[in-house]
Amino acid sequence: MIDFYFSLPDIVRYIIQGIAVICFLFPVGAACSMAERKVAAWAQDRPGPNRARPWLLARIPIIGPILGYFGIFNLMADGGKLLFREDITPGHVNKFYFVMAPIVAMTPALSTIVFVPFGAYLDSAGQILPVMLANVDIGILGVFALASLSVYSLILAGWASNSKYPFLGAIRASAQLISYELSMTLAVVPVLLWINAPGTTGSLSLVRVVEFQSQPGFWGGMWFVFIMPVSAFIFLITIFAETNRQPFDMPESEADLVGGYHTEYGSYKWSLFFVAEYCQMIVGSGIFILLFLGGWNPLPWIPLADLVNWLHDLLHWQWLMHPIFVGLLSIGIFVTKVLIFIFIFMWVRWTLPRFRYDQVMRIGWQRLLPLSIANLVVYIIAIALLQK
Amino acid sequence: MSVIQVQRKPLSLAERTYIPQILSGMKTTMKHIVAKPVTVNYPEERPEIPPGYRGVPTLVRDPHGREKCVSCQLCEFVCPPKAIRITPGEIPADSPNAHVEKGPREFEINMLRCIYCGLCQEVCPEEAIWLQNVYSSSGYTRAEMVNNKQKLYELGGTLPDTHLKWDKKKAAAEKH
Repeated sequence: MIDFYFSLPDIVRYIIQGIAVICFLFPVGAACSMAERKVAAWAQDRPGPNRARPWLLARIPIIGPILGYFGIFNLMADGGKLLFREDITPGHVNKFYFVMAPIVAMTPALSTIVFVPFGAYLDSAGQILPVMLANVDIGILGVFALASLSVYSLILAGWASNSKYPFLGAIRASAQLISYELSMTLAVVPVLLWINAPGTTGSLSLVRVVEFQSQPGFWGGMWFVFIMPVSAFIFLITIFAETNRQPFDMPESEADLVGGYHTEYGSYKWSLFFVAEYCQMIVGSGIFILLFLGGWNPLPWIPLADLVNWLHDLLHWQWLMHPIFVGLLSIGIFVTKVLIFIFIFMWVRWTLPRFRYDQVMRIGWQRLLPLSIANLVVYIIAIALLQK
Repeated sequence: MSVIQVQRKPLSLAERTYIPQILSGMKTTMKHIVAKPVTVNYPEERPEIPPGYRGVPTLVRDPHGREKCVSCQLCEFVCPPKAIRITPGEIPADSPNAHVEKGPREFEINMLRCIYCGLCQEVCPEEAIWLQNVYSSSGYTRAEMVNNKQKLYELGGTLPDTHLKWDKKKAAAEKH
Protein backbone atom coordinates (compact mmCIF):
# COMPACT_ATOMS: atom_id res chain seq x y z
CA MET A 1 0.00 0.00 0.00
CA ILE A 2 2.67 2.49 1.09
CA ASP A 3 5.06 1.29 -1.61
CA PHE A 4 2.30 1.70 -4.20
CA TYR A 5 1.68 5.24 -2.96
CA PHE A 6 5.34 6.18 -3.30
CA SER A 7 5.51 4.60 -6.77
CA LEU A 8 2.92 7.11 -8.02
CA PRO A 9 4.18 10.09 -9.99
CA ASP A 10 4.93 13.14 -7.84
CA ILE A 11 2.14 15.25 -9.28
CA VAL A 12 -0.51 12.63 -8.45
CA ARG A 13 0.83 12.31 -4.92
CA TYR A 14 0.76 16.07 -4.40
CA ILE A 15 -2.83 16.25 -5.66
CA ILE A 16 -3.88 13.42 -3.33
CA GLN A 17 -2.16 15.10 -0.39
CA GLY A 18 -3.66 18.47 -1.21
CA ILE A 19 -7.16 17.06 -1.52
CA ALA A 20 -6.72 15.14 1.73
CA VAL A 21 -5.74 18.32 3.57
CA ILE A 22 -8.61 20.30 2.05
CA CYS A 23 -11.00 17.48 2.92
CA PHE A 24 -9.91 17.96 6.53
CA LEU A 25 -9.68 21.74 6.60
CA PHE A 26 -13.00 22.58 4.90
CA PRO A 27 -15.28 20.41 7.07
CA VAL A 28 -13.43 21.46 10.21
CA GLY A 29 -13.85 25.08 9.17
CA ALA A 30 -17.54 24.42 8.68
CA ALA A 31 -17.78 22.54 11.96
CA CYS A 32 -16.30 25.57 13.70
CA SER A 33 -19.55 27.40 12.98
CA MET A 34 -21.38 24.84 15.06
CA ALA A 35 -18.66 24.98 17.73
CA GLU A 36 -19.17 28.73 17.77
CA ARG A 37 -22.89 28.33 18.38
CA LYS A 38 -22.31 25.74 21.09
CA VAL A 39 -19.70 27.84 22.89
CA ALA A 40 -22.00 30.84 22.60
CA ALA A 41 -24.79 28.81 24.14
CA TRP A 42 -22.63 27.52 26.99
CA ALA A 43 -21.33 31.01 27.71
CA GLN A 44 -24.93 32.17 27.91
CA ASP A 45 -26.01 29.29 30.19
CA ARG A 46 -28.10 27.42 27.61
CA PRO A 47 -27.58 23.99 26.04
CA GLY A 48 -27.37 25.25 22.45
CA PRO A 49 -28.51 23.55 19.25
CA ASN A 50 -29.18 19.90 20.07
CA ARG A 51 -32.64 19.18 18.68
CA ALA A 52 -31.94 17.92 15.17
CA ARG A 53 -32.20 14.13 15.49
CA PRO A 54 -32.87 12.41 12.18
CA TRP A 55 -34.71 9.30 13.28
CA LEU A 56 -32.47 6.65 11.73
CA LEU A 57 -29.10 8.23 12.61
CA ALA A 58 -30.13 9.22 16.11
CA ARG A 59 -31.08 5.59 16.82
CA ILE A 60 -27.42 4.49 16.62
CA PRO A 61 -26.60 3.66 20.24
CA ILE A 62 -24.25 6.04 22.13
CA ILE A 63 -22.95 7.80 18.97
CA GLY A 64 -26.35 9.04 17.83
CA PRO A 65 -27.30 10.92 21.01
CA ILE A 66 -23.76 12.31 21.35
CA LEU A 67 -23.84 13.65 17.77
CA GLY A 68 -27.27 15.07 18.47
CA TYR A 69 -26.13 16.68 21.70
CA PHE A 70 -23.23 18.43 19.98
CA GLY A 71 -25.47 19.63 17.18
CA ILE A 72 -23.74 17.70 14.38
CA PHE A 73 -27.09 17.01 12.70
CA ASN A 74 -27.93 20.71 12.93
CA LEU A 75 -24.63 21.38 11.20
CA MET A 76 -25.43 18.93 8.39
CA ALA A 77 -28.87 20.44 7.97
CA ASP A 78 -27.32 23.90 7.85
CA GLY A 79 -24.82 22.82 5.21
CA GLY A 80 -27.54 21.21 3.11
CA LYS A 81 -29.71 24.26 3.45
CA LEU A 82 -26.94 26.61 2.34
CA LEU A 83 -26.02 24.33 -0.55
CA PHE A 84 -29.50 23.94 -2.01
CA ARG A 85 -30.93 27.35 -1.30
CA GLU A 86 -31.73 29.65 -4.19
CA ASP A 87 -28.56 31.54 -5.07
CA ILE A 88 -29.65 35.13 -5.50
CA THR A 89 -27.46 37.57 -7.38
CA PRO A 90 -28.93 41.05 -6.93
CA GLY A 91 -29.57 42.99 -10.11
CA HIS A 92 -27.43 45.97 -9.18
CA VAL A 93 -24.14 44.17 -8.63
CA ASN A 94 -21.11 43.78 -10.83
CA LYS A 95 -21.66 40.11 -11.60
CA PHE A 96 -18.11 39.07 -12.48
CA TYR A 97 -16.49 40.45 -9.34
CA PHE A 98 -19.49 39.52 -7.24
CA VAL A 99 -19.01 35.86 -8.12
CA MET A 100 -15.23 36.12 -7.93
CA ALA A 101 -15.09 37.56 -4.39
CA PRO A 102 -16.06 34.39 -2.47
CA ILE A 103 -13.67 32.35 -4.61
CA VAL A 104 -10.88 34.83 -3.86
CA ALA A 105 -11.80 34.54 -0.19
CA MET A 106 -11.64 30.77 -0.18
CA THR A 107 -8.46 30.32 -2.21
CA PRO A 108 -5.91 31.97 0.12
CA ALA A 109 -7.71 30.58 3.14
CA LEU A 110 -7.21 27.03 1.87
CA SER A 111 -3.82 27.49 0.22
CA THR A 112 -1.91 28.99 3.16
CA ILE A 113 -2.04 25.53 4.72
CA VAL A 114 0.54 24.49 2.10
CA PHE A 115 3.30 26.14 4.14
CA VAL A 116 2.12 24.86 7.50
CA PRO A 117 3.81 21.73 8.82
CA PHE A 118 1.15 19.97 10.83
CA GLY A 119 3.08 16.98 12.06
CA ALA A 120 6.34 15.13 11.99
CA TYR A 121 7.69 11.58 11.90
CA LEU A 122 11.00 9.93 12.68
CA ASP A 123 12.86 8.26 9.85
CA SER A 124 15.01 5.17 10.36
CA ALA A 125 17.95 7.35 11.42
CA GLY A 126 15.88 8.99 14.17
CA GLN A 127 15.75 12.24 12.24
CA ILE A 128 12.61 14.36 12.57
CA LEU A 129 10.92 14.99 9.23
CA PRO A 130 7.91 17.28 8.87
CA VAL A 131 4.51 16.26 7.52
CA MET A 132 3.47 19.10 5.25
CA LEU A 133 2.43 19.83 1.69
CA ALA A 134 5.39 21.92 0.56
CA ASN A 135 8.55 21.99 2.64
CA VAL A 136 9.96 25.14 1.10
CA ASP A 137 12.34 27.68 2.54
CA ILE A 138 10.05 30.71 2.19
CA GLY A 139 7.69 29.26 4.83
CA ILE A 140 6.25 32.08 6.88
CA LEU A 141 6.82 34.59 4.07
CA GLY A 142 4.62 32.50 1.80
CA VAL A 143 1.93 32.38 4.47
CA PHE A 144 1.98 36.16 4.83
CA ALA A 145 1.99 36.68 1.07
CA LEU A 146 -1.02 34.42 0.52
CA ALA A 147 -2.90 35.49 3.63
CA SER A 148 -2.68 39.15 2.69
CA LEU A 149 -4.46 38.31 -0.58
CA SER A 150 -7.61 37.66 1.42
CA VAL A 151 -8.14 41.40 1.79
CA TYR A 152 -8.86 41.52 -1.95
CA SER A 153 -11.88 39.31 -1.49
CA LEU A 154 -13.34 41.75 1.03
CA ILE A 155 -12.66 44.74 -1.19
CA LEU A 156 -14.04 42.96 -4.25
CA ALA A 157 -17.14 41.83 -2.40
CA GLY A 158 -17.80 45.28 -1.01
CA TRP A 159 -17.16 47.06 -4.27
CA ALA A 160 -18.98 44.60 -6.52
CA SER A 161 -22.05 44.68 -4.27
CA ASN A 162 -22.59 48.26 -5.43
CA SER A 163 -24.32 49.24 -2.23
CA LYS A 164 -23.40 51.46 0.71
CA TYR A 165 -23.01 49.16 3.70
CA PRO A 166 -20.94 46.48 1.97
CA PHE A 167 -18.76 49.24 0.58
CA LEU A 168 -18.19 50.77 4.02
CA GLY A 169 -17.51 47.30 5.41
CA ALA A 170 -14.94 46.63 2.71
CA ILE A 171 -13.21 49.97 3.34
CA ARG A 172 -13.01 49.23 7.04
CA ALA A 173 -11.78 45.71 6.40
CA SER A 174 -9.01 46.80 4.07
CA ALA A 175 -7.85 49.59 6.41
CA GLN A 176 -7.86 47.21 9.37
CA LEU A 177 -6.10 44.33 7.64
CA ILE A 178 -3.37 46.56 6.25
CA SER A 179 -2.83 48.29 9.61
CA TYR A 180 -2.46 45.08 11.55
CA GLU A 181 -0.38 43.25 8.97
CA LEU A 182 2.53 45.58 9.75
CA SER A 183 2.61 44.76 13.44
CA MET A 184 2.07 41.09 12.66
CA THR A 185 5.11 40.86 10.43
CA LEU A 186 7.28 42.89 12.80
CA ALA A 187 6.28 40.68 15.72
CA VAL A 188 7.49 37.57 13.94
CA VAL A 189 10.86 38.97 12.88
CA PRO A 190 12.59 38.38 16.30
CA VAL A 191 11.71 34.68 16.11
CA LEU A 192 13.24 34.39 12.66
CA LEU A 193 16.31 36.37 13.68
CA TRP A 194 16.75 34.05 16.64
CA ILE A 195 16.61 30.84 14.61
CA ASN A 196 18.85 32.18 11.82
CA ALA A 197 22.09 32.47 13.75
CA PRO A 198 25.00 33.92 11.80
CA GLY A 199 27.00 31.32 9.94
CA THR A 200 24.04 29.01 9.28
CA THR A 201 22.06 28.87 6.08
CA GLY A 202 19.11 31.21 6.36
CA SER A 203 15.59 29.84 6.26
CA LEU A 204 12.10 31.17 6.93
CA SER A 205 10.67 27.68 7.17
CA LEU A 206 8.27 26.99 10.02
CA VAL A 207 9.81 23.54 10.39
CA ARG A 208 13.04 25.19 11.44
CA VAL A 209 11.18 27.20 14.07
CA VAL A 210 9.73 24.06 15.60
CA GLU A 211 13.09 22.27 15.44
CA PHE A 212 14.52 25.15 17.45
CA GLN A 213 11.89 24.62 20.12
CA SER A 214 12.59 20.89 20.39
CA GLN A 215 16.28 21.03 21.28
CA PRO A 216 17.58 19.46 24.47
CA GLY A 217 18.38 21.57 27.51
CA PHE A 218 16.65 24.33 29.41
CA TRP A 219 16.97 27.02 26.74
CA GLY A 220 16.61 24.66 23.79
CA GLY A 221 13.35 23.10 24.87
CA MET A 222 11.79 26.38 25.81
CA TRP A 223 8.90 27.48 23.64
CA PHE A 224 9.23 30.90 22.08
CA VAL A 225 6.20 32.16 23.96
CA PHE A 226 8.42 32.20 27.08
CA ILE A 227 11.40 33.74 25.34
CA MET A 228 9.41 36.35 23.41
CA PRO A 229 6.13 36.97 25.25
CA VAL A 230 5.65 40.42 23.73
CA SER A 231 6.01 39.07 20.21
CA ALA A 232 3.53 36.32 20.98
CA PHE A 233 1.12 38.83 22.47
CA ILE A 234 1.27 41.16 19.47
CA PHE A 235 0.96 38.26 17.06
CA LEU A 236 -2.07 36.95 18.94
CA ILE A 237 -3.83 40.32 18.78
CA THR A 238 -3.05 40.72 15.10
CA ILE A 239 -4.43 37.24 14.33
CA PHE A 240 -7.69 38.36 15.91
CA ALA A 241 -7.63 41.49 13.77
CA GLU A 242 -6.58 39.73 10.57
CA THR A 243 -9.30 37.09 10.83
CA ASN A 244 -11.90 39.78 11.61
CA ARG A 245 -12.78 38.19 14.90
CA GLN A 246 -14.31 39.97 17.83
CA PRO A 247 -13.30 42.39 19.25
CA PHE A 248 -12.00 43.44 15.83
CA ASP A 249 -14.92 42.45 13.64
CA MET A 250 -15.32 45.91 12.16
CA PRO A 251 -15.96 44.66 8.61
CA GLU A 252 -19.20 42.94 9.54
CA SER A 253 -20.37 44.90 12.56
CA GLU A 254 -23.99 43.98 12.12
CA ALA A 255 -25.22 46.79 14.35
CA ASP A 256 -24.04 49.63 12.13
CA LEU A 257 -23.28 47.93 8.80
CA VAL A 258 -26.08 45.34 8.49
CA GLY A 259 -23.72 42.51 7.50
CA GLY A 260 -20.66 44.38 6.31
CA TYR A 261 -19.05 43.35 3.06
CA HIS A 262 -21.25 40.26 2.62
CA THR A 263 -24.60 41.99 3.11
CA GLU A 264 -25.64 41.28 -0.47
CA TYR A 265 -24.53 37.66 -0.40
CA GLY A 266 -26.69 34.66 0.33
CA SER A 267 -26.73 30.88 0.32
CA TYR A 268 -23.56 29.14 -0.80
CA LYS A 269 -21.54 32.24 -1.67
CA TRP A 270 -22.12 33.64 1.78
CA SER A 271 -21.18 30.33 3.39
CA LEU A 272 -17.89 30.41 1.46
CA PHE A 273 -17.00 33.70 3.15
CA PHE A 274 -17.99 32.18 6.44
CA VAL A 275 -15.94 29.02 6.04
CA ALA A 276 -13.00 31.05 4.68
CA GLU A 277 -12.98 33.06 7.90
CA TYR A 278 -12.83 29.90 9.98
CA CYS A 279 -10.15 28.35 7.75
CA GLN A 280 -8.09 31.50 8.23
CA MET A 281 -8.58 31.15 11.97
CA ILE A 282 -7.40 27.54 11.84
CA VAL A 283 -4.31 28.37 9.78
CA GLY A 284 -3.62 31.50 11.85
CA SER A 285 -3.74 29.61 15.12
CA GLY A 286 -1.68 26.84 13.53
CA ILE A 287 1.04 29.37 12.71
CA PHE A 288 0.86 30.83 16.21
CA ILE A 289 1.34 27.36 17.63
CA LEU A 290 4.27 26.62 15.34
CA LEU A 291 5.96 29.91 16.11
CA PHE A 292 5.36 30.26 19.82
CA LEU A 293 3.85 27.08 21.26
CA GLY A 294 6.24 24.41 20.05
CA GLY A 295 4.28 23.04 17.09
CA TRP A 296 3.82 19.28 17.41
CA ASN A 297 5.79 18.96 20.65
CA PRO A 298 3.46 17.87 23.41
CA LEU A 299 4.81 20.03 26.27
CA PRO A 300 7.61 22.54 26.75
CA TRP A 301 10.92 20.73 27.32
CA ILE A 302 9.36 17.47 26.11
CA PRO A 303 9.94 17.16 22.35
CA LEU A 304 8.03 14.67 20.24
CA ALA A 305 11.05 12.39 19.74
CA ASP A 306 11.56 12.05 23.50
CA LEU A 307 7.89 11.24 24.02
CA VAL A 308 7.97 8.50 21.38
CA ASN A 309 11.22 7.05 22.78
CA TRP A 310 9.82 7.00 26.31
CA LEU A 311 6.66 5.29 25.14
CA HIS A 312 8.76 2.75 23.27
CA ASP A 313 11.02 2.10 26.28
CA LEU A 314 7.98 1.78 28.51
CA LEU A 315 5.83 -0.52 26.37
CA HIS A 316 8.32 -2.10 23.91
CA TRP A 317 5.68 -2.16 21.16
CA GLN A 318 7.39 -2.18 17.80
CA TRP A 319 4.73 -0.14 16.02
CA LEU A 320 5.25 2.79 18.38
CA MET A 321 8.33 3.75 16.35
CA HIS A 322 6.56 3.29 13.03
CA PRO A 323 6.52 6.53 10.99
CA ILE A 324 2.75 6.33 10.48
CA PHE A 325 2.06 6.10 14.22
CA VAL A 326 4.46 8.91 15.03
CA GLY A 327 3.00 10.99 12.23
CA LEU A 328 -0.55 10.48 13.44
CA LEU A 329 0.49 11.17 17.02
CA SER A 330 2.17 14.44 16.07
CA ILE A 331 -0.74 15.50 13.88
CA GLY A 332 -3.08 14.67 16.77
CA ILE A 333 -1.04 16.83 19.16
CA PHE A 334 -0.95 19.69 16.67
CA VAL A 335 -4.67 19.53 15.87
CA THR A 336 -5.53 19.39 19.56
CA LYS A 337 -3.54 22.55 20.14
CA VAL A 338 -5.25 24.22 17.18
CA LEU A 339 -8.69 23.26 18.46
CA ILE A 340 -7.86 24.62 21.92
CA PHE A 341 -6.80 27.82 20.20
CA ILE A 342 -10.05 27.98 18.20
CA PHE A 343 -11.87 27.63 21.51
CA ILE A 344 -9.90 30.59 22.85
CA PHE A 345 -10.99 32.61 19.80
CA MET A 346 -14.61 31.82 20.63
CA TRP A 347 -14.11 32.34 24.33
CA VAL A 348 -12.82 35.85 23.62
CA ARG A 349 -15.63 36.50 21.16
CA TRP A 350 -18.34 35.79 23.71
CA THR A 351 -16.55 37.86 26.35
CA LEU A 352 -15.57 41.10 24.69
CA PRO A 353 -17.66 43.78 23.03
CA ARG A 354 -16.53 45.18 19.70
CA PHE A 355 -14.02 48.03 19.63
CA ARG A 356 -15.06 51.28 18.07
CA TYR A 357 -13.51 51.91 14.69
CA ASP A 358 -11.28 54.76 15.89
CA GLN A 359 -10.17 52.54 18.79
CA VAL A 360 -9.20 49.80 16.34
CA MET A 361 -7.12 52.25 14.35
CA ARG A 362 -5.56 53.78 17.46
CA ILE A 363 -4.63 50.38 18.87
CA GLY A 364 -3.16 49.33 15.54
CA TRP A 365 -1.10 52.39 14.71
CA GLN A 366 -0.39 54.10 18.04
CA ARG A 367 -0.02 51.13 20.35
CA LEU A 368 0.82 47.88 18.56
CA LEU A 369 3.08 49.27 15.86
CA PRO A 370 5.41 51.22 18.24
CA LEU A 371 5.33 48.28 20.63
CA SER A 372 6.31 45.82 17.92
CA ILE A 373 9.09 48.11 16.66
CA ALA A 374 10.44 48.55 20.20
CA ASN A 375 10.19 44.81 20.73
CA LEU A 376 12.09 44.21 17.51
CA VAL A 377 14.86 46.66 18.44
CA VAL A 378 15.27 45.12 21.90
CA TYR A 379 15.51 41.62 20.47
CA ILE A 380 17.87 42.69 17.69
CA ILE A 381 20.28 44.03 20.32
CA ALA A 382 19.81 41.03 22.59
CA ILE A 383 20.27 38.53 19.78
CA ALA A 384 23.31 40.41 18.47
CA LEU A 385 24.91 40.21 21.92
CA LEU A 386 23.95 36.56 22.51
CA GLN A 387 24.90 35.13 19.14
CA LYS A 388 28.06 37.19 18.64
CA MET B 1 -23.89 70.95 49.56
CA SER B 2 -26.20 68.86 47.46
CA VAL B 3 -23.90 68.30 44.52
CA ILE B 4 -20.79 66.29 45.23
CA GLN B 5 -18.08 66.69 42.65
CA VAL B 6 -16.48 63.29 42.09
CA GLN B 7 -12.86 63.32 41.10
CA ARG B 8 -12.42 61.12 38.05
CA LYS B 9 -9.24 59.20 38.53
CA PRO B 10 -7.14 58.88 35.40
CA LEU B 11 -6.87 55.27 34.19
CA SER B 12 -3.80 53.43 35.34
CA LEU B 13 -1.41 51.90 32.82
CA ALA B 14 -2.81 48.41 33.41
CA GLU B 15 -6.33 49.68 32.83
CA ARG B 16 -5.34 51.43 29.64
CA THR B 17 -3.97 48.21 28.18
CA TYR B 18 -7.41 46.62 28.79
CA ILE B 19 -5.64 43.38 29.69
CA PRO B 20 -6.68 42.89 33.35
CA GLN B 21 -10.25 43.74 32.41
CA ILE B 22 -10.21 41.33 29.48
CA LEU B 23 -8.80 38.55 31.64
CA SER B 24 -11.36 39.05 34.39
CA GLY B 25 -14.08 39.12 31.74
CA MET B 26 -12.81 35.85 30.32
CA LYS B 27 -12.84 34.37 33.82
CA THR B 28 -16.50 35.30 34.12
CA THR B 29 -17.29 33.75 30.74
CA MET B 30 -15.49 30.55 31.72
CA LYS B 31 -17.55 30.35 34.89
CA HIS B 32 -20.66 30.43 32.76
CA ILE B 33 -19.29 27.93 30.24
CA VAL B 34 -18.76 25.32 32.94
CA ALA B 35 -21.98 26.18 34.79
CA LYS B 36 -25.16 24.17 34.27
CA PRO B 37 -27.59 25.66 31.75
CA VAL B 38 -30.41 27.65 33.32
CA THR B 39 -32.81 26.73 30.52
CA VAL B 40 -34.71 23.44 30.17
CA ASN B 41 -35.22 21.24 27.11
CA TYR B 42 -38.83 22.27 26.97
CA PRO B 43 -41.18 19.56 25.77
CA GLU B 44 -39.25 16.79 27.52
CA GLU B 45 -38.37 18.75 30.64
CA ARG B 46 -41.03 20.98 32.16
CA PRO B 47 -40.26 24.04 34.25
CA GLU B 48 -41.23 23.91 37.91
CA ILE B 49 -44.30 26.09 38.39
CA PRO B 50 -44.08 28.24 41.53
CA PRO B 51 -47.09 28.37 43.89
CA GLY B 52 -49.41 31.26 43.15
CA TYR B 53 -48.74 31.02 39.42
CA ARG B 54 -51.48 32.53 37.29
CA GLY B 55 -52.03 30.00 34.53
CA VAL B 56 -55.14 29.08 32.58
CA PRO B 57 -58.36 29.81 34.57
CA THR B 58 -60.13 26.59 35.58
CA LEU B 59 -63.25 25.53 37.49
CA VAL B 60 -62.85 23.34 40.55
CA ARG B 61 -64.98 20.94 42.59
CA ASP B 62 -65.06 20.69 46.36
CA PRO B 63 -63.78 17.55 48.14
CA HIS B 64 -67.24 15.95 47.93
CA GLY B 65 -67.29 16.35 44.16
CA ARG B 66 -69.86 19.17 44.11
CA GLU B 67 -69.22 21.79 41.50
CA LYS B 68 -68.55 24.96 43.41
CA CYS B 69 -69.70 27.48 40.83
CA VAL B 70 -73.19 28.84 41.56
CA SER B 71 -73.29 30.87 38.31
CA CYS B 72 -73.55 34.22 40.03
CA GLN B 73 -71.82 35.66 36.93
CA LEU B 74 -69.58 38.00 38.95
CA CYS B 75 -66.55 36.77 37.02
CA GLU B 76 -68.36 37.33 33.74
CA PHE B 77 -69.01 40.93 34.76
CA VAL B 78 -65.54 41.64 36.11
CA CYS B 79 -63.64 40.00 33.25
CA PRO B 80 -61.83 42.92 31.52
CA PRO B 81 -61.55 41.32 28.06
CA LYS B 82 -65.00 39.70 28.31
CA ALA B 83 -63.58 36.24 27.88
CA ILE B 84 -66.11 34.48 30.15
CA ARG B 85 -69.62 33.55 29.01
CA ILE B 86 -71.89 31.80 31.54
CA THR B 87 -75.29 30.30 30.85
CA PRO B 88 -76.92 29.98 34.30
CA GLY B 89 -79.05 27.00 35.12
CA GLU B 90 -80.98 25.50 38.02
CA ILE B 91 -79.93 22.45 39.97
CA PRO B 92 -82.70 19.83 39.70
CA ALA B 93 -84.72 19.20 42.86
CA ASP B 94 -83.75 15.52 43.11
CA SER B 95 -80.05 16.34 43.31
CA PRO B 96 -78.35 16.12 46.77
CA ASN B 97 -77.14 19.67 46.16
CA ALA B 98 -80.62 21.01 45.39
CA HIS B 99 -80.31 23.53 48.24
CA VAL B 100 -77.54 25.33 46.31
CA GLU B 101 -80.27 26.14 43.78
CA LYS B 102 -78.11 27.43 40.95
CA GLY B 103 -75.22 26.09 38.90
CA PRO B 104 -73.83 26.86 35.50
CA ARG B 105 -75.51 25.11 32.57
CA GLU B 106 -72.64 26.13 30.35
CA PHE B 107 -69.44 27.93 31.25
CA GLU B 108 -67.11 29.08 28.47
CA ILE B 109 -63.76 30.84 28.77
CA ASN B 110 -62.35 32.06 25.50
CA MET B 111 -58.59 31.59 25.84
CA LEU B 112 -58.00 33.79 22.82
CA ARG B 113 -59.40 36.71 24.85
CA CYS B 114 -58.23 35.81 28.35
CA ILE B 115 -55.45 38.03 29.67
CA TYR B 116 -54.65 35.89 32.74
CA CYS B 117 -55.30 38.85 35.06
CA GLY B 118 -56.82 36.69 37.79
CA LEU B 119 -59.70 39.08 38.53
CA CYS B 120 -62.22 36.22 38.13
CA GLN B 121 -60.45 34.24 40.82
CA GLU B 122 -60.28 37.30 43.06
CA VAL B 123 -63.95 38.19 42.68
CA CYS B 124 -65.42 34.68 43.01
CA PRO B 125 -67.42 34.42 46.28
CA GLU B 126 -67.45 30.60 46.04
CA GLU B 127 -63.71 30.14 45.29
CA ALA B 128 -64.84 28.16 42.29
CA ILE B 129 -62.59 29.60 39.60
CA TRP B 130 -58.84 29.26 39.97
CA LEU B 131 -55.88 30.24 37.84
CA GLN B 132 -53.72 27.16 38.29
CA ASN B 133 -50.46 25.86 36.85
CA VAL B 134 -51.60 25.05 33.31
CA TYR B 135 -49.49 27.38 31.16
CA SER B 136 -49.73 25.92 27.69
CA SER B 137 -52.92 25.84 25.66
CA SER B 138 -53.03 25.36 21.94
CA GLY B 139 -55.46 24.46 19.20
CA TYR B 140 -55.88 24.43 15.47
CA THR B 141 -59.14 26.40 15.35
CA ARG B 142 -60.65 29.31 17.23
CA ALA B 143 -63.40 27.01 18.50
CA GLU B 144 -60.81 24.72 20.08
CA MET B 145 -59.45 27.63 22.07
CA VAL B 146 -62.76 28.16 23.86
CA ASN B 147 -62.73 26.06 27.01
CA ASN B 148 -66.20 24.72 27.79
CA LYS B 149 -67.47 23.59 31.15
CA GLN B 150 -66.34 20.01 30.81
CA LYS B 151 -62.84 21.05 29.79
CA LEU B 152 -62.67 23.60 32.61
CA TYR B 153 -63.50 20.97 35.22
CA GLU B 154 -61.04 18.57 33.66
CA LEU B 155 -58.30 21.18 33.96
CA GLY B 156 -59.38 22.32 37.42
CA GLY B 157 -59.93 19.07 39.28
CA THR B 158 -60.59 19.20 43.00
CA LEU B 159 -59.08 21.64 45.44
CA PRO B 160 -59.06 21.16 49.24
CA ASP B 161 -61.76 23.12 51.04
CA THR B 162 -62.15 23.52 54.80
CA HIS B 163 -65.24 25.76 54.87
CA LEU B 164 -67.72 23.37 53.16
CA LYS B 165 -70.13 26.29 53.39
CA TRP B 166 -73.06 24.61 51.61
CA ASP B 167 -72.90 21.47 53.80
CA LYS B 168 -73.05 23.66 56.90
CA LYS B 169 -76.01 25.57 55.48
CA LYS B 170 -77.81 22.36 54.74
CA ALA B 171 -77.15 21.06 58.28
CA ALA B 172 -78.34 24.35 59.78
CA ALA B 173 -81.52 24.31 57.67
CA GLU B 174 -82.29 20.69 58.74
CA LYS B 175 -81.82 21.54 62.45
CA HIS B 176 -84.54 24.23 62.41
